[in-house]
Amino acid sequence: MQVPAPFTYERATSVEHAIALLGELGPEARVVAGGHSLIPMMKLRLARPDALVDINGLGAELAQIRVDGDDLVIGSLARHADLLGSAVAGEHFPIFHDAEKVIADPVVRNFGTVGGSLCQADPAEDLAAVFAALDGVATLRGPAGVRQVRVRELHVGPYETVLAPDELMLELRVAIRPGGGSAYEKVERRVGDYPVAAAGAAVWLDGDTVRDVGIGLTAVGAEHFAAPEAEAALRGQPATEESFRAAGQLAAEHCNPSADQRGPVDYKRHLAAELTTRALLRAAARARGQEA
Amino acid sequence: MEVTININGTPETHDVEPRLLLVHFIREKAGLRGTHWGCDTSNCGTCVVWLDGKPVKSCTVFAAMADGRSVRTVEGLEQGGKLDPVQEGFMECHGLQCGFCTPGMLMTSRALLDANPDPTETEIREAISGQLCRCTGYENIVRSVRWAAEKEASTEEVTA
Repeated sequence: MQVPAPFTYERATSVEHAIALLGELGPEARVVAGGHSLIPMMKLRLARPDALVDINGLGAELAQIRVDGDDLVIGSLARHADLLGSAVAGEHFPIFHDAEKVIADPVVRNFGTVGGSLCQADPAEDLAAVFAALDGVATLRGPAGVRQVRVRELHVGPYETVLAPDELMLELRVAIRPGGGSAYEKVERRVGDYPVAAAGAAVWLDGDTVRDVGIGLTAVGAEHFAAPEAEAALRGQPATEESFRAAGQLAAEHCNPSADQRGPVDYKRHLAAELTTRALLRAAARARGQEA
Repeated sequence: MEVTININGTPETHDVEPRLLLVHFIREKAGLRGTHWGCDTSNCGTCVVWLDGKPVKSCTVFAAMADGRSVRTVEGLEQGGKLDPVQEGFMECHGLQCGFCTPGMLMTSRALLDANPDPTETEIREAISGQLCRCTGYENIVRSVRWAAEKEASTEEVTA
Protein backbone atom coordinates (compact mmCIF):
# COMPACT_ATOMS: atom_id res chain seq x y z
CA MET A 1 0.00 0.00 0.00
CA GLN A 2 1.39 3.35 -1.03
CA VAL A 3 0.76 6.03 1.59
CA PRO A 4 1.81 9.63 1.09
CA ALA A 5 3.56 11.45 3.95
CA PRO A 6 1.18 13.49 6.11
CA PHE A 7 0.23 16.96 4.95
CA THR A 8 -2.32 19.61 5.81
CA TYR A 9 -5.15 20.16 3.38
CA GLU A 10 -6.72 23.50 2.53
CA ARG A 11 -9.45 24.20 0.04
CA ALA A 12 -9.24 27.47 -1.86
CA THR A 13 -12.50 29.37 -2.33
CA SER A 14 -11.15 31.92 -4.83
CA VAL A 15 -7.99 32.68 -6.78
CA GLU A 16 -7.05 35.34 -4.19
CA HIS A 17 -7.62 32.84 -1.41
CA ALA A 18 -5.44 30.21 -3.15
CA ILE A 19 -2.57 32.69 -3.52
CA ALA A 20 -2.94 33.85 0.09
CA LEU A 21 -2.92 30.22 1.29
CA LEU A 22 0.23 29.47 -0.73
CA GLY A 23 1.89 32.51 0.87
CA GLU A 24 0.87 31.49 4.39
CA LEU A 25 1.80 27.84 3.99
CA GLY A 26 5.23 28.54 2.53
CA PRO A 27 7.37 27.05 -0.22
CA GLU A 28 6.68 23.41 0.70
CA ALA A 29 2.98 23.79 -0.07
CA ARG A 30 1.71 22.63 -3.44
CA VAL A 31 -1.38 23.30 -5.49
CA VAL A 32 -3.46 20.22 -6.21
CA ALA A 33 -5.81 20.29 -9.20
CA GLY A 34 -6.35 16.93 -10.92
CA GLY A 35 -3.52 15.48 -8.87
CA HIS A 36 -2.88 12.75 -11.42
CA SER A 37 0.84 13.49 -11.52
CA LEU A 38 1.32 14.91 -8.03
CA ILE A 39 -0.54 12.21 -6.06
CA PRO A 40 1.35 9.27 -7.62
CA MET A 41 4.61 11.11 -6.81
CA MET A 42 3.40 11.71 -3.24
CA LYS A 43 2.59 8.01 -2.87
CA LEU A 44 6.14 7.14 -3.91
CA ARG A 45 7.36 9.98 -1.65
CA LEU A 46 9.19 11.49 -4.58
CA ALA A 47 7.10 14.54 -3.67
CA ARG A 48 6.52 15.38 -0.04
CA PRO A 49 4.62 18.64 0.27
CA ASP A 50 3.77 19.94 3.75
CA ALA A 51 0.42 21.19 2.57
CA LEU A 52 -1.93 20.95 -0.38
CA VAL A 53 -4.07 23.81 -1.61
CA ASP A 54 -7.00 22.30 -3.49
CA ILE A 55 -8.19 24.54 -6.33
CA ASN A 56 -10.81 22.15 -7.72
CA GLY A 57 -13.58 24.45 -6.51
CA LEU A 58 -12.40 27.30 -8.76
CA GLY A 59 -13.79 25.90 -12.01
CA ALA A 60 -16.02 28.90 -12.67
CA GLU A 61 -12.94 31.14 -12.64
CA LEU A 62 -10.31 28.84 -14.09
CA ALA A 63 -11.82 26.14 -16.30
CA GLN A 64 -13.18 28.12 -19.26
CA ILE A 65 -12.13 27.48 -22.86
CA ARG A 66 -13.09 30.43 -25.04
CA VAL A 67 -12.07 32.88 -27.73
CA ASP A 68 -11.19 36.33 -26.42
CA GLY A 69 -10.46 38.80 -29.23
CA ASP A 70 -7.75 37.17 -31.35
CA ASP A 71 -6.74 34.66 -28.68
CA LEU A 72 -7.87 31.19 -27.77
CA VAL A 73 -7.95 31.12 -23.96
CA ILE A 74 -7.73 27.87 -22.02
CA GLY A 75 -8.24 28.01 -18.26
CA SER A 76 -5.55 26.24 -16.26
CA LEU A 77 -8.18 24.09 -14.52
CA ALA A 78 -9.71 22.84 -17.80
CA ARG A 79 -9.60 19.04 -17.72
CA HIS A 80 -7.90 17.16 -20.53
CA ALA A 81 -11.35 15.82 -21.45
CA ASP A 82 -12.67 19.39 -21.66
CA LEU A 83 -9.94 20.36 -24.11
CA LEU A 84 -10.47 17.20 -26.16
CA GLY A 85 -14.20 17.95 -26.25
CA SER A 86 -13.81 21.65 -27.04
CA ALA A 87 -15.05 22.44 -30.54
CA VAL A 88 -13.61 25.94 -30.46
CA ALA A 89 -10.13 24.68 -29.51
CA GLY A 90 -10.24 22.01 -32.21
CA GLU A 91 -11.49 24.42 -34.85
CA HIS A 92 -8.58 26.84 -34.40
CA PHE A 93 -5.87 24.42 -33.29
CA PRO A 94 -6.49 20.75 -34.17
CA ILE A 95 -3.13 19.98 -32.52
CA PHE A 96 -4.98 20.11 -29.18
CA HIS A 97 -7.30 17.30 -30.19
CA ASP A 98 -4.45 15.26 -31.73
CA ALA A 99 -2.51 15.49 -28.47
CA GLU A 100 -5.39 15.09 -26.04
CA LYS A 101 -6.50 11.87 -27.73
CA VAL A 102 -3.18 10.31 -26.70
CA ILE A 103 -2.62 11.92 -23.30
CA ALA A 104 -2.96 9.33 -20.53
CA ASP A 105 -6.28 7.44 -20.87
CA PRO A 106 -9.93 8.54 -21.00
CA VAL A 107 -10.55 8.18 -17.25
CA VAL A 108 -7.38 10.05 -16.27
CA ARG A 109 -8.33 12.76 -18.80
CA ASN A 110 -11.55 13.34 -16.85
CA PHE A 111 -9.64 14.70 -13.88
CA GLY A 112 -6.11 15.72 -14.98
CA THR A 113 -5.83 19.39 -15.91
CA VAL A 114 -4.06 21.44 -18.58
CA GLY A 115 -2.38 23.76 -16.07
CA GLY A 116 -1.42 20.87 -13.83
CA SER A 117 0.35 19.12 -16.70
CA LEU A 118 2.31 22.23 -17.60
CA CYS A 119 3.24 23.05 -13.99
CA GLN A 120 4.30 19.47 -13.28
CA ALA A 121 6.96 20.05 -15.98
CA ASP A 122 7.51 16.38 -16.66
CA PRO A 123 10.01 16.11 -19.55
CA ALA A 124 7.69 13.61 -21.25
CA GLU A 125 4.57 15.74 -20.89
CA ASP A 126 2.76 16.44 -24.17
CA LEU A 127 1.14 19.82 -23.69
CA ALA A 128 4.43 21.67 -23.13
CA ALA A 129 5.43 20.75 -26.69
CA VAL A 130 1.98 21.65 -28.01
CA PHE A 131 2.10 25.10 -26.43
CA ALA A 132 5.74 25.48 -27.54
CA ALA A 133 4.67 24.80 -31.14
CA LEU A 134 1.84 27.33 -30.85
CA ASP A 135 4.01 29.79 -28.87
CA GLY A 136 1.34 29.98 -26.18
CA VAL A 137 1.56 32.35 -23.24
CA ALA A 138 0.72 31.49 -19.64
CA THR A 139 -0.86 34.00 -17.28
CA LEU A 140 0.52 33.65 -13.75
CA ARG A 141 -0.77 35.43 -10.71
CA GLY A 142 0.98 35.98 -7.40
CA PRO A 143 0.58 38.37 -4.49
CA ALA A 144 2.22 41.17 -6.50
CA GLY A 145 -0.13 40.77 -9.45
CA VAL A 146 -0.33 39.15 -12.84
CA ARG A 147 2.48 38.39 -15.29
CA GLN A 148 2.64 36.72 -18.70
CA VAL A 149 5.25 34.07 -19.49
CA ARG A 150 5.73 32.32 -22.82
CA VAL A 151 5.32 28.58 -22.31
CA ARG A 152 8.72 28.33 -24.01
CA GLU A 153 10.15 30.15 -21.00
CA LEU A 154 8.04 28.43 -18.35
CA HIS A 155 10.17 25.36 -17.79
CA VAL A 156 13.65 25.65 -16.35
CA GLY A 157 14.33 21.92 -16.11
CA PRO A 158 12.68 18.60 -15.30
CA TYR A 159 9.86 19.22 -12.78
CA GLU A 160 10.93 22.86 -12.44
CA THR A 161 9.14 25.98 -13.63
CA VAL A 162 9.56 29.73 -13.23
CA LEU A 163 6.47 29.88 -11.02
CA ALA A 164 7.15 31.29 -7.55
CA PRO A 165 5.84 29.13 -4.69
CA ASP A 166 2.93 31.52 -4.20
CA GLU A 167 2.07 31.93 -7.88
CA LEU A 168 -0.88 30.28 -9.56
CA MET A 169 -1.27 29.62 -13.28
CA LEU A 170 -4.59 31.12 -14.36
CA GLU A 171 -4.83 30.51 -18.10
CA LEU A 172 -3.05 29.85 -21.38
CA ARG A 173 -3.40 32.08 -24.41
CA VAL A 174 -2.67 31.24 -28.05
CA ALA A 175 -2.87 33.89 -30.76
CA ILE A 176 -5.23 32.96 -33.61
CA ARG A 177 -3.55 33.94 -36.87
CA PRO A 178 -4.84 33.43 -40.43
CA GLY A 179 -3.41 30.76 -42.74
CA GLY A 180 -2.48 28.39 -39.94
CA GLY A 181 -2.59 24.65 -39.41
CA SER A 182 -1.31 22.43 -36.62
CA ALA A 183 -0.81 18.76 -35.75
CA TYR A 184 0.70 16.42 -33.15
CA GLU A 185 2.29 13.01 -33.71
CA LYS A 186 3.22 10.64 -30.90
CA VAL A 187 4.63 7.16 -30.55
CA GLU A 188 3.81 5.36 -27.31
CA ARG A 189 4.11 1.72 -26.41
CA ARG A 190 0.57 1.47 -25.08
CA VAL A 191 -2.25 3.71 -23.91
CA GLY A 192 -1.32 5.68 -20.81
CA ASP A 193 2.41 5.08 -21.05
CA TYR A 194 4.92 7.87 -21.35
CA PRO A 195 5.69 8.66 -25.00
CA VAL A 196 8.75 7.21 -26.64
CA ALA A 197 8.81 10.50 -28.52
CA ALA A 198 6.36 13.02 -29.91
CA ALA A 199 6.39 16.15 -32.04
CA GLY A 200 3.97 19.00 -32.56
CA ALA A 201 3.95 21.51 -35.41
CA ALA A 202 2.13 24.68 -36.27
CA VAL A 203 2.61 26.34 -39.65
CA TRP A 204 1.30 29.53 -41.16
CA LEU A 205 1.41 29.66 -44.95
CA ASP A 206 1.53 32.45 -47.52
CA GLY A 207 0.51 30.53 -50.61
CA ASP A 208 3.14 27.81 -50.85
CA THR A 209 5.65 29.52 -48.58
CA VAL A 210 6.12 28.91 -44.87
CA ARG A 211 5.47 32.34 -43.35
CA ASP A 212 5.95 31.14 -39.78
CA VAL A 213 6.36 27.83 -38.02
CA GLY A 214 6.51 26.43 -34.49
CA ILE A 215 7.89 23.00 -33.61
CA GLY A 216 7.55 21.32 -30.22
CA LEU A 217 9.25 18.11 -29.11
CA THR A 218 8.30 15.76 -26.26
CA ALA A 219 10.47 13.31 -24.33
CA VAL A 220 13.61 13.80 -26.43
CA GLY A 221 15.48 16.27 -24.24
CA ALA A 222 14.75 19.35 -26.36
CA GLU A 223 15.44 22.54 -24.46
CA HIS A 224 12.13 24.23 -23.60
CA PHE A 225 10.38 21.48 -25.61
CA ALA A 226 11.14 23.44 -28.81
CA ALA A 227 13.21 23.13 -31.99
CA PRO A 228 14.30 26.72 -32.78
CA GLU A 229 17.03 25.71 -35.27
CA ALA A 230 14.54 23.77 -37.40
CA GLU A 231 12.02 26.60 -37.18
CA ALA A 232 14.57 29.23 -38.28
CA ALA A 233 15.64 27.08 -41.23
CA LEU A 234 12.08 26.50 -42.37
CA ARG A 235 10.80 30.09 -42.25
CA GLY A 236 10.50 31.50 -45.75
CA GLN A 237 11.04 28.12 -47.40
CA PRO A 238 8.58 26.40 -49.77
CA ALA A 239 6.03 24.29 -47.89
CA THR A 240 7.13 20.99 -49.43
CA GLU A 241 7.89 17.55 -48.09
CA GLU A 242 11.58 18.18 -48.87
CA SER A 243 11.64 21.28 -46.65
CA PHE A 244 9.78 19.48 -43.89
CA ARG A 245 12.18 16.50 -43.99
CA ALA A 246 15.14 18.88 -43.71
CA ALA A 247 13.47 20.57 -40.72
CA GLY A 248 12.83 17.17 -39.13
CA GLN A 249 16.51 16.30 -39.49
CA LEU A 250 17.54 19.58 -37.85
CA ALA A 251 15.10 19.03 -34.99
CA ALA A 252 16.55 15.56 -34.44
CA GLU A 253 20.15 16.80 -34.52
CA HIS A 254 19.53 19.48 -31.91
CA CYS A 255 17.55 17.43 -29.38
CA ASN A 256 19.15 15.34 -26.68
CA PRO A 257 17.26 12.10 -26.00
CA SER A 258 18.24 9.65 -23.26
CA ALA A 259 18.31 5.89 -23.68
CA ASP A 260 15.83 4.07 -21.44
CA GLN A 261 13.43 1.12 -21.54
CA ARG A 262 11.47 2.94 -24.24
CA GLY A 263 14.36 2.88 -26.67
CA PRO A 264 17.96 3.79 -27.46
CA VAL A 265 19.12 7.27 -28.40
CA ASP A 266 19.32 6.54 -32.14
CA TYR A 267 15.75 5.31 -32.28
CA LYS A 268 14.44 8.34 -30.40
CA ARG A 269 16.38 10.69 -32.67
CA HIS A 270 14.95 8.88 -35.67
CA LEU A 271 11.47 9.36 -34.21
CA ALA A 272 12.12 13.06 -33.54
CA ALA A 273 12.95 13.55 -37.24
CA GLU A 274 10.12 11.41 -38.59
CA LEU A 275 7.42 12.67 -36.23
CA THR A 276 8.43 16.31 -36.82
CA THR A 277 8.18 15.74 -40.57
CA ARG A 278 4.78 14.06 -40.28
CA ALA A 279 3.45 16.77 -37.97
CA LEU A 280 4.63 19.47 -40.40
CA LEU A 281 3.02 17.67 -43.35
CA ARG A 282 -0.31 17.36 -41.57
CA ALA A 283 -0.15 20.91 -40.22
CA ALA A 284 0.46 22.22 -43.75
CA ALA A 285 -2.35 20.10 -45.20
CA ARG A 286 -4.66 21.54 -42.57
CA ALA A 287 -3.48 25.09 -43.28
CA ARG A 288 -4.44 24.47 -46.92
CA GLY A 289 -7.82 23.07 -45.88
CA GLN A 290 -6.92 19.66 -47.34
CA GLU A 291 -7.32 17.78 -44.07
CA ALA A 292 -9.58 18.15 -41.06
CA MET B 1 -10.52 16.40 9.21
CA GLU B 2 -14.21 15.66 8.77
CA VAL B 3 -15.18 14.66 5.27
CA THR B 4 -18.71 14.11 3.96
CA ILE B 5 -19.17 12.37 0.64
CA ASN B 6 -22.52 11.46 -0.80
CA ILE B 7 -22.04 7.88 -1.95
CA ASN B 8 -24.84 6.39 -4.02
CA GLY B 9 -27.25 8.89 -2.46
CA THR B 10 -26.20 8.30 1.14
CA PRO B 11 -24.06 10.88 2.96
CA GLU B 12 -21.00 9.31 4.57
CA THR B 13 -19.28 11.48 7.17
CA HIS B 14 -15.99 10.33 8.66
CA ASP B 15 -13.02 11.83 10.42
CA VAL B 16 -10.03 11.09 8.20
CA GLU B 17 -6.44 12.09 7.59
CA PRO B 18 -6.04 14.33 4.52
CA ARG B 19 -3.81 11.69 2.98
CA LEU B 20 -6.59 9.08 2.90
CA LEU B 21 -7.35 8.14 -0.69
CA LEU B 22 -10.91 8.12 -1.96
CA VAL B 23 -10.73 4.39 -2.72
CA HIS B 24 -9.93 3.66 0.94
CA PHE B 25 -12.65 6.03 2.16
CA ILE B 26 -15.14 4.10 0.05
CA ARG B 27 -13.90 0.65 1.12
CA GLU B 28 -12.77 1.13 4.71
CA LYS B 29 -14.87 4.04 5.99
CA ALA B 30 -18.10 3.56 4.05
CA GLY B 31 -17.67 -0.22 4.00
CA LEU B 32 -18.47 -0.53 0.31
CA ARG B 33 -16.10 -3.22 -0.92
CA GLY B 34 -17.44 -3.42 -4.46
CA THR B 35 -14.88 -0.85 -5.59
CA HIS B 36 -11.59 -2.66 -5.89
CA TRP B 37 -8.16 -1.36 -5.04
CA GLY B 38 -5.60 -2.61 -7.53
CA CYS B 39 -2.36 -1.17 -8.85
CA ASP B 40 -2.38 2.00 -6.72
CA THR B 41 -0.68 3.82 -9.62
CA SER B 42 -3.70 4.91 -11.72
CA ASN B 43 -2.93 2.31 -14.37
CA CYS B 44 -5.33 -0.58 -13.83
CA GLY B 45 -8.65 1.22 -13.37
CA THR B 46 -10.40 -1.28 -11.12
CA CYS B 47 -10.92 1.57 -8.62
CA VAL B 48 -12.94 3.67 -11.09
CA VAL B 49 -15.96 5.39 -9.53
CA TRP B 50 -17.96 8.39 -10.64
CA LEU B 51 -17.12 11.70 -9.01
CA ASP B 52 -19.85 14.24 -9.72
CA GLY B 53 -20.95 12.09 -12.64
CA LYS B 54 -17.56 11.44 -14.27
CA PRO B 55 -15.46 8.28 -14.03
CA VAL B 56 -12.22 8.85 -12.08
CA LYS B 57 -9.57 6.58 -10.65
CA SER B 58 -10.28 6.73 -6.93
CA CYS B 59 -6.74 5.66 -5.98
CA THR B 60 -5.53 8.99 -7.35
CA VAL B 61 -7.95 11.34 -5.58
CA PHE B 62 -7.78 12.21 -1.88
CA ALA B 63 -11.04 11.71 0.00
CA ALA B 64 -10.68 15.32 1.16
CA MET B 65 -10.91 16.44 -2.47
CA ALA B 66 -14.31 14.72 -2.73
CA ASP B 67 -15.67 16.41 0.41
CA GLY B 68 -19.16 17.74 -0.33
CA ARG B 69 -19.27 15.96 -3.68
CA SER B 70 -21.15 12.94 -5.02
CA VAL B 71 -19.71 9.53 -5.72
CA ARG B 72 -21.35 6.62 -7.49
CA THR B 73 -19.86 3.18 -7.02
CA VAL B 74 -20.64 -0.20 -8.51
CA GLU B 75 -23.13 -0.75 -5.67
CA GLY B 76 -25.05 2.23 -7.05
CA LEU B 77 -25.64 0.66 -10.47
CA GLU B 78 -28.49 -1.58 -9.36
CA GLN B 79 -31.73 0.39 -9.21
CA GLY B 80 -34.78 -0.81 -7.29
CA GLY B 81 -33.53 -4.39 -7.08
CA LYS B 82 -32.85 -4.53 -10.84
CA LEU B 83 -29.38 -4.90 -12.24
CA ASP B 84 -28.16 -2.25 -14.63
CA PRO B 85 -28.09 -3.47 -18.26
CA VAL B 86 -24.28 -3.35 -18.24
CA GLN B 87 -24.27 -5.70 -15.25
CA GLU B 88 -26.67 -8.00 -17.09
CA GLY B 89 -24.48 -7.78 -20.19
CA PHE B 90 -21.39 -8.87 -18.24
CA MET B 91 -23.40 -11.88 -16.96
CA GLU B 92 -24.86 -12.77 -20.35
CA CYS B 93 -21.61 -12.46 -22.32
CA HIS B 94 -19.16 -13.78 -19.73
CA GLY B 95 -17.59 -10.32 -19.36
CA LEU B 96 -15.59 -11.46 -16.36
CA GLN B 97 -13.67 -14.42 -15.11
CA CYS B 98 -11.90 -13.50 -11.87
CA GLY B 99 -13.95 -10.31 -11.54
CA PHE B 100 -11.18 -8.13 -10.20
CA CYS B 101 -11.39 -5.48 -12.93
CA THR B 102 -15.19 -5.68 -13.17
CA PRO B 103 -16.30 -2.82 -10.89
CA GLY B 104 -14.17 -0.32 -12.82
CA MET B 105 -15.19 -1.77 -16.17
CA LEU B 106 -18.87 -1.50 -15.23
CA MET B 107 -18.60 2.12 -14.12
CA THR B 108 -16.75 3.18 -17.28
CA SER B 109 -19.16 1.21 -19.48
CA ARG B 110 -22.19 2.83 -17.85
CA ALA B 111 -20.67 6.29 -18.41
CA LEU B 112 -19.90 5.41 -22.03
CA LEU B 113 -23.47 4.27 -22.76
CA ASP B 114 -24.92 7.37 -21.08
CA ALA B 115 -22.82 9.56 -23.40
CA ASN B 116 -22.97 7.33 -26.47
CA PRO B 117 -25.85 4.81 -26.47
CA ASP B 118 -24.68 3.02 -29.62
CA PRO B 119 -20.88 2.74 -29.42
CA THR B 120 -18.78 0.90 -31.99
CA GLU B 121 -16.32 -1.74 -30.91
CA THR B 122 -13.51 0.80 -31.38
CA GLU B 123 -15.29 3.32 -29.18
CA ILE B 124 -15.79 0.71 -26.46
CA ARG B 125 -12.13 -0.30 -26.60
CA GLU B 126 -11.13 3.37 -26.44
CA ALA B 127 -13.40 3.98 -23.43
CA ILE B 128 -11.89 1.12 -21.42
CA SER B 129 -8.34 1.70 -22.63
CA GLY B 130 -7.27 2.99 -19.21
CA GLN B 131 -8.26 -0.26 -17.54
CA LEU B 132 -6.67 -3.66 -17.40
CA CYS B 133 -8.30 -7.08 -17.60
CA ARG B 134 -6.03 -10.09 -17.39
CA CYS B 135 -8.68 -12.78 -18.00
CA THR B 136 -10.95 -11.99 -20.91
CA GLY B 137 -8.59 -10.47 -23.45
CA TYR B 138 -11.28 -7.74 -23.51
CA GLU B 139 -13.30 -9.57 -26.18
CA ASN B 140 -16.10 -10.52 -23.84
CA ILE B 141 -16.10 -7.14 -22.17
CA VAL B 142 -16.66 -5.49 -25.53
CA ARG B 143 -19.46 -7.97 -26.26
CA SER B 144 -21.00 -7.30 -22.87
CA VAL B 145 -21.13 -3.57 -23.45
CA ARG B 146 -22.61 -4.08 -26.93
CA TRP B 147 -25.20 -6.43 -25.39
CA ALA B 148 -26.17 -3.70 -22.91
CA ALA B 149 -26.37 -1.09 -25.68
CA GLU B 150 -28.65 -3.31 -27.74
CA LYS B 151 -30.82 -4.18 -24.76
CA GLU B 152 -31.24 -0.50 -23.91
CA ALA B 153 -32.07 0.34 -27.54
CA SER B 154 -34.73 -2.38 -27.70
CA THR B 155 -36.19 -1.36 -24.32
CA GLU B 156 -36.47 2.21 -25.56
CA GLU B 157 -38.28 1.06 -28.70
CA VAL B 158 -40.78 -0.85 -26.60
CA THR B 159 -41.41 2.09 -24.27
CA ALA B 160 -41.62 4.50 -27.24
